[in-house]
Parts: sequence; C-alpha cells; structure tokens
Amino acid sequence: MAIAIVLILLTLGSVVFYFLSPWHLAPLASNWGAIDDTVLISFVVTGIVFVAVVAFMVYSIIRYRYDANRRASYDPENKKLEAWLTGITTIGIAALLAPGLITWASFVRVPDDAHQVGVIGSQWHWQFRYPGNDGRLGRVHPKFMKPANPLGIDPDDPHGQDDLVIDRPVMYLPVDRPVELVMTSRDVIHNFMVPNFRAKMDALPGQMSHFWFTPTETGDFQSTCAQHCGVGHFAMRARVSVVEQDEYDAWLSEQTTFAELNARTEGDPESGRAQYAPCTACHGPQAAGNPDLNAPALTGLGEWYIVRQLENFKSGARGSHEDDQYGRQMTPFANMLDETAMRNVAAYIETLSQDPAEPTVDGNVRRGRRLYRTCANCHGSQGEGKWTVNAPQLSGADDWYLVRQLEHFRDGVRGRHRGDMYGSQMIDMSQYLVDERAVHDVVAYINTFSAQSSTSADSSTVDTEE
Amino acid sequence: MTITLIVIVSVLAVFLGWLLRQSINVRPWVPAGASVPPVVDRLPAMFTTPRVGLIVFLAAISSLFALTISAYHGRMQMAGDWVSVPVPVLLWINSAVLVLASIAFHISWRAAAGGEQKRLKSGLVAAGIFSIGFVLGQAMVWRTLNAEGFYLGSNPANSFFYFITALHVLHLVGGLVAWATAMMKTLRGKDAGKVGQTVELCAIYWHYLLFIWLVLFGLLLST
Amino acid sequence: MVAGQHEAVSHAPPAEIGEMELPHAGSWVTKYIWSQDAKVIAIQYGLTATAIGLVALVLSILIRLQLGFPGTFSLIDPAGYLQHVTMHGMIMVVYLLTAIFLGGFGNYLIPLMCGARDMAFPWLNMLSFWIYLLAVLVLVASFFVPGGSTGGGWTLYPPQVISEGTPGSGMGIVLMLVSLAFFIIGFTMGGLNYVVTVLQYRARGMTLMRLPLTIWGIFMATIMALLAFPALLVAAIMLLFDHLLGTSFFMPAMIVISEQKGQAGGSPLLFQHLFWFFGHPEVYIVALPAFGIVSDLISVHARRPIFGYRMMVWALVAIGGLSFIVWAHHMYVSGMNPNFGFFFATTTLIIAVPTAIKVYNWILTLWRGNIRLTLPMLFALGFLLTFLNGGLSGLFLGNVTVDVPLADTYFVVGHFHMVMAVAPILVVFGAIYHWYPKITGRMLNNAMGHIHFWVTLIGTYVIYYPMHFIGMEGVPRRYYAYGESAFVDDSVMTLNAVISVAAIIVALAQLVFLFNLAWSYFRGKDAGSNPWGATTLEWQTPETPPGHGNWGKELPVVYRWAYDYAVPGAKDDFVPQNVPADAVELAERDPDGSQR
Repeated sequence: MAIAIVLILLTLGSVVFYFLSPWHLAPLASNWGAIDDTVLISFVVTGIVFVAVVAFMVYSIIRYRYDANRRASYDPENKKLEAWLTGITTIGIAALLAPGLITWASFVRVPDDAHQVGVIGSQWHWQFRYPGNDGRLGRVHPKFMKPANPLGIDPDDPHGQDDLVIDRPVMYLPVDRPVELVMTSRDVIHNFMVPNFRAKMDALPGQMSHFWFTPTETGDFQSTCAQHCGVGHFAMRARVSVVEQDEYDAWLSEQTTFAELNARTEGDPESGRAQYAPCTACHGPQAAGNPDLNAPALTGLGEWYIVRQLENFKSGARGSHEDDQYGRQMTPFANMLDETAMRNVAAYIETLSQDPAEPTVDGNVRRGRRLYRTCANCHGSQGEGKWTVNAPQLSGADDWYLVRQLEHFRDGVRGRHRGDMYGSQMIDMSQYLVDERAVHDVVAYINTFSAQSSTSADSSTVDTEE
Repeated sequence: MTITLIVIVSVLAVFLGWLLRQSINVRPWVPAGASVPPVVDRLPAMFTTPRVGLIVFLAAISSLFALTISAYHGRMQMAGDWVSVPVPVLLWINSAVLVLASIAFHISWRAAAGGEQKRLKSGLVAAGIFSIGFVLGQAMVWRTLNAEGFYLGSNPANSFFYFITALHVLHLVGGLVAWATAMMKTLRGKDAGKVGQTVELCAIYWHYLLFIWLVLFGLLLST
Repeated sequence: MVAGQHEAVSHAPPAEIGEMELPHAGSWVTKYIWSQDAKVIAIQYGLTATAIGLVALVLSILIRLQLGFPGTFSLIDPAGYLQHVTMHGMIMVVYLLTAIFLGGFGNYLIPLMCGARDMAFPWLNMLSFWIYLLAVLVLVASFFVPGGSTGGGWTLYPPQVISEGTPGSGMGIVLMLVSLAFFIIGFTMGGLNYVVTVLQYRARGMTLMRLPLTIWGIFMATIMALLAFPALLVAAIMLLFDHLLGTSFFMPAMIVISEQKGQAGGSPLLFQHLFWFFGHPEVYIVALPAFGIVSDLISVHARRPIFGYRMMVWALVAIGGLSFIVWAHHMYVSGMNPNFGFFFATTTLIIAVPTAIKVYNWILTLWRGNIRLTLPMLFALGFLLTFLNGGLSGLFLGNVTVDVPLADTYFVVGHFHMVMAVAPILVVFGAIYHWYPKITGRMLNNAMGHIHFWVTLIGTYVIYYPMHFIGMEGVPRRYYAYGESAFVDDSVMTLNAVISVAAIIVALAQLVFLFNLAWSYFRGKDAGSNPWGATTLEWQTPETPPGHGNWGKELPVVYRWAYDYAVPGAKDDFVPQNVPADAVELAERDPDGSQR
C-alpha cells in the first residue's frame, strides 16, 4: 500500500507546491495578460484532471488490491464508457485550445499604431536601432558591418540614414505604446526574452522575425537570450528601460543617427598626442604602464576598447566601486576628456608599439591552457582580442593587471554597475575560475602569448625599417 | 514539406486501410477451439517475405527522397539566390541507359522465373553494364558541370543538383552489391530458381529507382 | 475475422521454417558475438545501450554539479557544460531509449511474442547491431577529438552547431553527424526485420488483433522510425555539406565572431523543419513501445484483461499517424510564419485525445482488477503518474499561446524529462523486472528492486516537478550559470542545489539496479518458466531461457488473444494464448453453484 500513499503524497504535494512555491510567472509588465489567463486556465484544467485521475488510480489500487480468493472482472471493453470519456476529453481539450487560439490571433496581428524597434542579436550581445524621422528601418546585412557601422546598416538605403544606432545592449521603450520588435541576427540564432513581457521570439540570421507587445509598467527589465547561441549564451543580456514618453523622447534625441556616425571623423593621433600628455604621468610616455603606480600598459588595447573604458570611467560605470581603489584614481582623468578627445587619445595610443611586459605571475601554464579555452572564444586563441565580441586584446597586457581585473570581476567590483553591460558578462565568465590559483594559471598561460606576439611585432617593425 | 506529407500520408493511409479491415469487426477476446483450425490473417500470397521486406525498405526510401524534394522546394523559395543548373544532354542519355537497365532486369526476372539459364545470364550482364554505365554517366555529368564552373558550393541549385543525384546514385550502387551476388551465383552455375529470389528483388528495386530518377529528373528539368 | 470463419491456407506460413534451417551457432564466437539469434542481439543491444547510457548519466551529474553548486568545480567550464548537455540529451534520446526499446525489447520480444523462431532476416539483424555499435563508438570517439564533442544542443541547430563560438564545431559535430548516419542505417536494417517479422512470421492463429500491445507499440514505433529517421539523415548530410564543402543549404550570410562566412541565402529554419519532422515522431518512437509494454505489465499484474484493447490499438496507430503533422509545435517562437501556430496547436492538442484514452484504459484496467503490487507493477504505476504529469504539461507547451512565455525555459526541461525520460525509463525498468526471469531464468532481487524503485520514483519527481515552476518564472535552459541574471533569485539557487542532490541520489540508485542485474544472474531465485502467470507466448516456451529457435520442435498455435486473465469459469486466473477454448481447465463449482 506504500505506493498508494506515495501517489497521494506526490499528487497533493504537487498541488500544494503550486500554491506555496515562491516561483510563479514573473510580474506582468505588458499587455499580454491574456497569455497569463491561458496559463491559468491550463493549470486549472490540467490540475483537476491530474488530481481526479490519480485519485481514481489510488482508489483502484486500494480497493482492488490482491486477494487470492477473488477474481478480477472480465469485461474487455465498454463502448459507452469509452465514448463518454472520449467526448469529455475532447471538450476539455477544446476548452484549452479555444482561448489559446483567440489570444494567438491577436499575437500574430500587429496593431497599426505600433512603432518599430530593430533588434540585432550577435554572439553575445544585443544591439538596437530606431527608425528615425521617416519611421522606417533601413536594410541591414552582416557584410556592411565594421567598427564604423556596427549594425551593418546598408549605406545605400535612404531609410537607413536616419536610423538611430544603439551599439550597446540598452533599449528604451515608451510605456503604454505598442511596439513591434523587428529582429535579425548577425551570426547564430538568438532569442530576445524578457520574462515580464511574456512575448518572445527567435532572431535568425538571414531573415527578419517580428513580435509585438505593449509595455505597461515603467522600470528596468532584463532581457536574456533564450536560444542556445554558444559559449557566452548565459551571459547575453540587455537592459530594457520602459519610461514615460517625454523621457523616451529625450533619450532618443541623445542618440546618434547612422548618417551622423558616418560623418564622424576618425580619431586624430596628432591631436591625441597632446591630449595624452596628462596620462604620461602614470601610464608613461610610451603607454607601457607602471606597476609601481598601478597603471597598466595601454598599448595594443584597441581604439574602441580604450574609448569605451574612458566613457565608463567618466560615467561612473567603472571605477566607482568603493573597493576599486585604483579604478577610482582614473575617474578624474577620464573626466578631463570629451568624446572627440577620447577618440584622439585612443588613436594616438594605437600608434605606439607594444613593449613586451615582464612576467610577474607564477602559475601552471598547462592548467591555464585548459582554462583558457573558454576565454579563447572571445579573446582569440592567441589573446589577440576581437572587437566584434567586445573582447580586448590580452596578449602583451601586464599580467599583474589581468590578475587584479579578473579578481575584480569575480568579486563584482568591476562590471556590476548597470552602465557596464559588457563588464557584467565578464563577471559571469570569470566565475568558472573558481579560485586564485585558477586565475594565476590562466594569466600565466596568457603570458605565453605576449612573448610570441611581441616577437612578431618586432619582426614586422624590422621589416618596415628595411 | 507538403510533398513529404503527401508521401507519408499515402504510405500511412495504405497501412491504416489494411489495418482497419483487419480489426474493425473483430472481437479479439473470442477464443478458438482446438477442433477449429485457428484463423490466419496474412498478406496475400504474392507478398512473400523478401518482397515485403523490400517494400518496407522502399517506403523508408520514399520518405528520404520526399524529404529531399521538400527541402529542394523549400530552399528554392527561401532566398532569391537560386540559379538553375542547365540540364546537360548527357542526363537524357543516362536516363535512357537507366531505363534499359530496368528492362534488362525485368527480362532477367522473367528468365529466372522461367528457368531459362542462358537468358538470365545475358540479362544480368546487360543489366549490370547499363547500371554501371548509368553511374559512370552521372559521374561524367558531375565532371562536365564542374568543368563549366557549376561548383557544388557556388549556388544552392548546384548544391542540390549534386546532392540529389549523388543520393540516387548511392542507392543504385547499393543495389549493385545485390546484383553482384546474383551475377556470381549465376556464373558459378547455380540454377535459375535459386538466383531468382535475388534477381526478382533487384528488378523491383531497379524499377523503383527508375521511378525515383524520373521524378528527380522531372524536378531538375522543371525548375 | 471471427473464430470459426477461416480461410484455406494457400501457402505455408513463412514462420514455420524448420528448426534446422536456422543459422545455428557453430562456436562460442558465433553464439555470443557474431550471433544471428535475435535474443542474443537483443542483449547485445541492451548492454551497449546501458553502457552508453551510463556515460550520459555521468554527464547529467556533471551538469547538475555545475547548476547546483556554480563556481565550485573547476572541471566544468562553460564549453564543457554545453558539451555535457548536448551529449547527455543525444545519447539518452537516441542511443539509449530508441536503441533499448526497439533494438533491445523489439529483438527479444517480437519473435517470442509472435510465436516465431527468429527474425525474418537474421543476418541483417546481426548487421544492424554491429552498425549500431559502430555508431556508438564513433560517438564516443567524438569526446576525444580536438575541440571535443559538439556542444550545440541535441537539436544541432545550424548555423550555431557548425560555427565558431560553440564547442566541438570542428571535428566534434562531424563525428556526431556521422554517428547519427550510422545509427539510422543500422536502425533501418533492424527496423525492416521488426516490421516484416510482425507481418509475416506470426504463429498460426496469431491474428493482428491477438497480438500483445507490446508488439503493437514496437511495431508502430518502428514504422514511424522508418519514415521519420530519413528526415534526420537528410538534415545531417546537408549539414555536413554545409560544414565541410561550403554549400549553403542552411547557412545564411553571416559574421561569426570575427570571421565572415562565405555562404549566403541558406535557411536555418529549413533545418529546424527537417529536424523536428524527425524529432517529434522520435518522441513517440520512444513513447509507443513504452505504452505497449506498460499495457502488458498492467494487465498481467492486475490479473485483468487490458481494458478496451481495440481502442488501445487504434489509439497507438492514431498517435503514430498524427505525430507526423505536429512537428512545428517545437517552433512556435522560432521565427517561422506565426500563422502556422493555429494549425500546429490544433493538431497537437488533438493528439492528446488518443493519448488520454490510453491513460483512461490503463487505469480502467486497474479498476476491478486484482492488483499484485509486484515490482513491474510498481514501475508501471510510477509510469502512470509521471506520464500523466508530463502529458498534462505538454498541453501547456502544445497550446501555442501558452508556449510563448514557457518555450526555452526550464518548464520545457521539466516537461520533456517527465514525459520522455522518466516515464519511458520507468517502463524500461519495469520491463526488465518483468522479463528478466525469462531472459535469465532467475528472479531479480526484490529488496534491491524496491530500493531502486522508491528512490527513482520519488527522486525523479523531486528533480523534475519543481523545474516547471522556475521555468514559469523565466529561468532559461542551457545556461551555465545564473549569477548575474537579475530575475533569478537566491531561492532558485537553493532549489537547484536540492535538485542536484536528488539527482546524485537517483544516480546512485541506478548502481543498485545494475548490481542487482549482475548479482541475480548468479544468485537470483529460480524463476520457473512462467513466474507471473502470464498468457503471452514468450512465457510458454519449452525452455527458460528459450533456446535458439525458441520453440523446440513444434511452433505454438494461438487460439486466443493475449489478455485472457480472470476468464469466467476457468480454473486458473489466466489462460495462455496457445490453449484452445475447449481445452481450458474449468473451475470446480462450489456447492452453492457459484464459481470460485
């Protein structure tokens, strides 16, 4: 009889769990209350069926348990009973299906007054675009993608010129206005999911997909990628800020259009040389860094990365954590530079050649090599860095600096600020370096690149001299 | 996927129709007595075990080719990058050769059934030559297309052309293994009745592959 | 056709080949290694599937260690985690469940339950196993190639699975696809045998409507597999072309990490359609044999004829047929034309009707039965609970609107583990406890069996039931860690730890089961030829375990269906299928005239 008791306990436990567990649909923040209703209907109908069927099963087990002096009844079928059961089941199924299909009909029909927002997924971040004054999104294709055109907007499409380019995973939406997300992907399949909005859809390369909803609550929401997209899948997030219309308009007006982005001049290393002057005090004239002053080498980092970090320091997204002693020293210096100056300085640093740093970190290189295979997905197998995945170059970097930053990421000292979206990915990724030893091992392995890449850099300078 | 569905639904419909006839009016719990010989419900006598095996196999292959054709249609409509492959004249000749192979197998089948050792042997030889000729012919088609710059990867139409012709040839090559055993047995002087089983299966298989080829060829011609 | 109305047998039934014509084993090697005896092949299939299943079990424990205790074990990195998830899923679905139900139980039971000496094509049957073994070996090899096994998820979606940024996108995926191709070829050979044997090799009197439901389930599943596996084969070959030869069947223009791919125009959705055209029937390829077997377990151990036998057969067939037109319910949020949702939601929910009928009939068989709570029966009851639970949560996911918030979350993980992992595997266990006495001649140890059952049932329920709820909250699947996901709170972490501990305990219970299998083979109680008092033919063999050829000199003749339990007026509470109506031993009448 133990089985009867266990069946009862598991079934009652299931029902109790439904009511008492802390896990339920995330608080609704969109118009899709109808989806919640269909979920609820499904729970009610299936819950009743579940309890009823198990109850009958338990009754049968107890009532008809084995008795050597009794025979089971011999009635191979009962057409009437079976017809009844089939009929009732069909009605129950129809009761589930009908509200589902009715809601689906409104899901597939985008309201006429919906405004569009473009979503582009890529490994492992989101980018967005807004249609600009003409209300239409331009064509995008991966082949147009380059640092100056991060979304790959077709330069020949007139509708694309006034598109607002949001090259960071932050999306603003006005509250109570239906929005249609027009989605595509640069590489593999992603899925833009905000649990509170209920609706979600895959973003596929080579085609557009759509879905719509009306945000009904203001506030910040986190979107996650719900379609397995590779090693960084679990760290692919974006922030959706639902705000009042006027705040939304203000935010939009701050954004850069594609045309403006194209017109922007590249960083000028000559002006940058002068603007770099204050930096020399710590980072040195050749930007080779100075461990005594806790200033890392800047060479080899890539223009885009230096600009982004300077912006982060300036906005407080980096270097504002109270435990980030050295990061905080950087903030006043970043504040001295405006956007153009940042690009100039970065362009100037790019002209400086990389100096091989002295290894200071001891670690097990073989173990580090195994650990590094995760890092290699973004930072490259030789630590060369890849701007497409927002990963700076690691080879040639000061190893003591890498250790400190990895520790900061692991402890959430860096990257947890809501403005540092890519830093927060590094918090996720650094978690698998479970202890200090792992950090040292992986950095020791990264040290082995610097030797190689700096020799190749040397030989290339030799070549040019010849 | 419509084409696949049509194929699968027709396969299942045949099966279901047969099954329903076997089961609709049966009261399975009624036993038979020893004096009454028990009922046998079997397929008609023409469905010998090897034939049934082959038919089931052909049903599975039908699904394979139907899916390929579905994928072909799906991909064709998906992006505007489809540039049809010009069908080489050689493909017409190859088709004719495959028809001849099929006829030769049919003659061998009849010969084996009639116990005509000599006609069986010459029929099998002819069938083999035509079949191998078809395989070589298809290989020549690939070489010609490749030489003319219709590379496998350069266009989805090319990819599908190579893919479906290769899939078909692969099945034919598999059949040639059976042909080879039949040939060996015949050459070693086994009598026609013993080889007949294999020859019969080969003949059915070749007819089927001819049918598939005509469908595929029609597909290539029409798109 | 009713008994009494019979046709002249115009041809000798092919099943009645002489005992001597079987390819008998000449040596130990041909008896146990290159064996053409379906029963040996069945055991070979079973052992291979169990071995590779154990690998998948270990992988699942690694997955759970990471999820339950993130940041603790440095041996699991994000890439490794995805590889474990992928290989765990693929092995469990294809290499364990499909192989053990069709290759294992199919091979053992079809000839015996149909009353045949062996399969129709024994040599092909042997080849089928060896190609399956090759597929398994290629799969295992993929763990050891540079880059490791594929980590693209068992659904193998391109472009991701063959692109940088996903582990094993080099050699790993190639070996995976090659292994699947081998599996399909091997399976086709076996499948031909199962279908033809059921069609042609039934004993005299074994009409279709007298077949045990086990055979019906395996038969239907095999037909479905023969029609559905080609979809996977086509998809796998095309994916290999895309990967190795630069075609663009599935590959659109894209930039992966930093590399511009040369392909353009292909459609990832085309792959998904092909994959799920296989993938959905695959669910039923695993489920239908389980349905069939559990019907027999319930009937035998409840000592009562299965309720509504014909309805059960038709439901099996209906489910099999319908399962070919529901595939896109896996793709509601895939970006396909959303209008498809109306059609596929409807077909999907229609399939619930025949499935529900099966559940009712199982329980109506218990009702007014005489239920022996033997181990096979306990596992069957466990199946009923978990299948009911998983089937009902399927109504959420099949109903397109409800699926939208739940797709790609742990709700899905909970659902499919409940319905196509726990439920069928409980049937596998029940079936092993049921037929082990026939296979070895010895009973499995009861005490160890009870430990195995209780830990497995309660443990798996504790593992998978709560997953639905964290899925509702929006916790996505295939995540290495949840640390920085704002909506995943600490309670989810606690739950994950609990689930992981439960998973480890359940895994340990499986070791008890394996030990029981080995121990009982030498020390188990002698079983006799028919320990459960079952009617079906396999329990009526002259020898236990049955010899090659199964039936000695004379093939059995069948006079009745497989469910003659508690026949009114009969002395025993079961009448075997090979007993004619007029040979049934009648019960003594009590003085007051009522039957005992």
